[in-house]
Amino acid sequence: MMKYLKEERLSDFLRLASTLRKVYVPVIDAGQRTSSYRLYESGLCEDSLAFSELLHTTRSAKDFFFPQTENLVEFRMSGKEITVLDPRRETEDFAIFGVRACDAKSFAILDSVYLADPVDTYYQNRRAHGLILTMMCTKPEETCFCGTFGIDPTEPGGDIAFYPIAQTPSNHPDGYALAAQTEKGAAFLAEVERLSGEACLGEAGLLEERDETPLEKAKEKTRETLKKLPLADVKPVGGGEGNLLSLFHSEKWASLSESCIGCGTCTFVCPTCQCYDIRDFDTGHGVRRFRCWDSCMYSDFTKMAHGNPRLTQLERFRQRFMHKLVYHPANHDGTYGCVGCGRCLSSCPVGMNIVKVMKALAAEVPSDAPNG
Amino acid sequence: MQEGWMMEREEVSGVTDASDTTDGVRQKCVERALELLQDGLVTSVLGWRRGELPYDRTPAFFTDGEDLRANFLYDGFCGANLSKYLVKALAGGKEGRVLVFLKPCDTYSLNQLLTEHRIPREKVFAAAVPCHGTVDMDKAKALGTSGVTSVEDRGKTLRFWTLYDECPMEIQKKDALLERCLVCRRRRPVIFDEKIGPWDEEALLAEEKEAGERFATVAVLEQKTAEERFAFWREELSRCIRCNACRNVCPACTCEQCVFDNPASGVSAKASADRFEEQLYHIIRAFHVAGRCTDCGECSRVCPEKIPLHLLNRKLIKEMNELYGAYQAGAEVGSISPLTAYTMDDPEPSVVRERGKA
Repeated sequence: MMKYLKEERLSDFLRLASTLRKVYVPVIDAGQRTSSYRLYESGLCEDSLAFSELLHTTRSAKDFFFPQTENLVEFRMSGKEITVLDPRRETEDFAIFGVRACDAKSFAILDSVYLADPVDTYYQNRRAHGLILTMMCTKPEETCFCGTFGIDPTEPGGDIAFYPIAQTPSNHPDGYALAAQTEKGAAFLAEVERLSGEACLGEAGLLEERDETPLEKAKEKTRETLKKLPLADVKPVGGGEGNLLSLFHSEKWASLSESCIGCGTCTFVCPTCQCYDIRDFDTGHGVRRFRCWDSCMYSDFTKMAHGNPRLTQLERFRQRFMHKLVYHPANHDGTYGCVGCGRCLSSCPVGMNIVKVMKALAAEVPSDAPNG
Repeated sequence: MQEGWMMEREEVSGVTDASDTTDGVRQKCVERALELLQDGLVTSVLGWRRGELPYDRTPAFFTDGEDLRANFLYDGFCGANLSKYLVKALAGGKEGRVLVFLKPCDTYSLNQLLTEHRIPREKVFAAAVPCHGTVDMDKAKALGTSGVTSVEDRGKTLRFWTLYDECPMEIQKKDALLERCLVCRRRRPVIFDEKIGPWDEEALLAEEKEAGERFATVAVLEQKTAEERFAFWREELSRCIRCNACRNVCPACTCEQCVFDNPASGVSAKASADRFEEQLYHIIRAFHVAGRCTDCGECSRVCPEKIPLHLLNRKLIKEMNELYGAYQAGAEVGSISPLTAYTMDDPEPSVVRERGKA
């Protein structure tokens, strides 16, 4: 048996959930061409389909845990007195709704960096208070290639997984199967159900118990679609130290990087890019030390006293892909630093991306390698 | 899989009107490029490379004939303006002469770069290609074309085959064109060594006549109060992620080191640490390219957050036109922008120009 939430009750669910903690939902922005997470409030988006069917927000969900800018410490000066202010506050509990399997996996990748010793307490604080409500994909885009990295969008993970169920051939769901994935998720679900009981919403409870057959069918339908994706057969290349030197010295980087304009679009829409810079902001009466996302595509990335270790765009471009495909797996038990969400494919100004890089590099690694 | 849909696409383009298909132009481009390479008149070819998806095209240098035949593409998805690539390539010591394919609007950028002495003319062989507008895939997506497996350009319409519908979805091309193409009255090139046809002058003229008024949106914004305008831009710019794509793609932004890339400049260049600085970045950029911006629209094309950045540039162009008379940057080599020319009868707009009281 599975827990089932009727489509028309989704807004009830979110309303009740948002009495327990802040709930963020993906919505299409006013201009209709970008999308972002917004705080759920009644009236935000009466047509719940708009956010249950939205595949990707323009920026990824990593922003919740690793915001683009974050103040680390502030120094206030008054005469010869310096006061050190710690801006850290315990984060309020919050939930993110509609997270896809790729983005959910990206949190694990960020964890492996930020929660490893020494723990990044800023990140840890946000992570500890976040609840992830995932959504199974039903209409992946042609830019999707999560399967390349072994991610299964029919098992999106998180704390509570939502599986859209459509009775009719249309892709609009009639409802959602819900499955708690963690204790935290189960406790939250129970709390929402308790609240719905108190509020006496409707004749039946918010969640019904139903037979699981339609859930299996829905998963199967998604699996069928995944097989048909244009990028379904893309194989990962790299995977650790083994091919490091041959890939690093590949002649392909020259032609691959030639089109790169050195902007940070791929880096900033990427759910797993995790590099940051620390800068001081002159407040006029002291210094606010903040960190902000950095991009290996930038000319001053990791610039040090001696200068810049990567002087050309070729070297910067290579760094990004070597990090995702070789260095990250080498340092993290073979896990790639890419989840195949496809954001960089649709947003790169010149149509260059990790898929093209992997395809070009495939020839550089021996064919008996696991990903040759 | 990939082979499959590519073949399907090739077959599909064979069905379209043969008189002026993009594929016809593509063929001519490839043939001419091969000739020029063979004759040693050029050493490399700057064009658009076939991508992994039916619509993604990547700017690329070709030197190999087989590669050109197989992967060079020219069609309604070749939005990228290739002119700026010449700056880095030629300064970086690319040997010999480069054959570059330019859409008519891109030729204005080449002229402007020549005017600014950023490119040695003798190292460029410019081939102009006709353009009937380039597609904005985000607009096409917003119209419901998700899971695209194949695209067919049918002149006035576009057909998308998707994973989710058995029948192709047909949309009006004008509904999916980049904004710059909807107001394009520059369908004829201003500089070229060769034009690669067909060039139907009458048809191009008709298209130019149909084009919208490019200052219309600026005029609408001008009608707003200062507070409303500020709110509009604050909302738009609030989405900025400081990826610098607008700057890096801009053919007018060719400084060897941008002030915003200089850690010693004292501005928080990498992130929106302060909202005021965030907005300043775009304003400074607009002012810096004023008089040199050809209105090629690349800034808005590449913005991942779809901020209508071109409106800032157009506002300045409109202001200049009204104050100093119509001027089009890049219309010819060597022209002097009104902002760098001084005449005794120049108008003297005060620092704050009162609107609607003149």
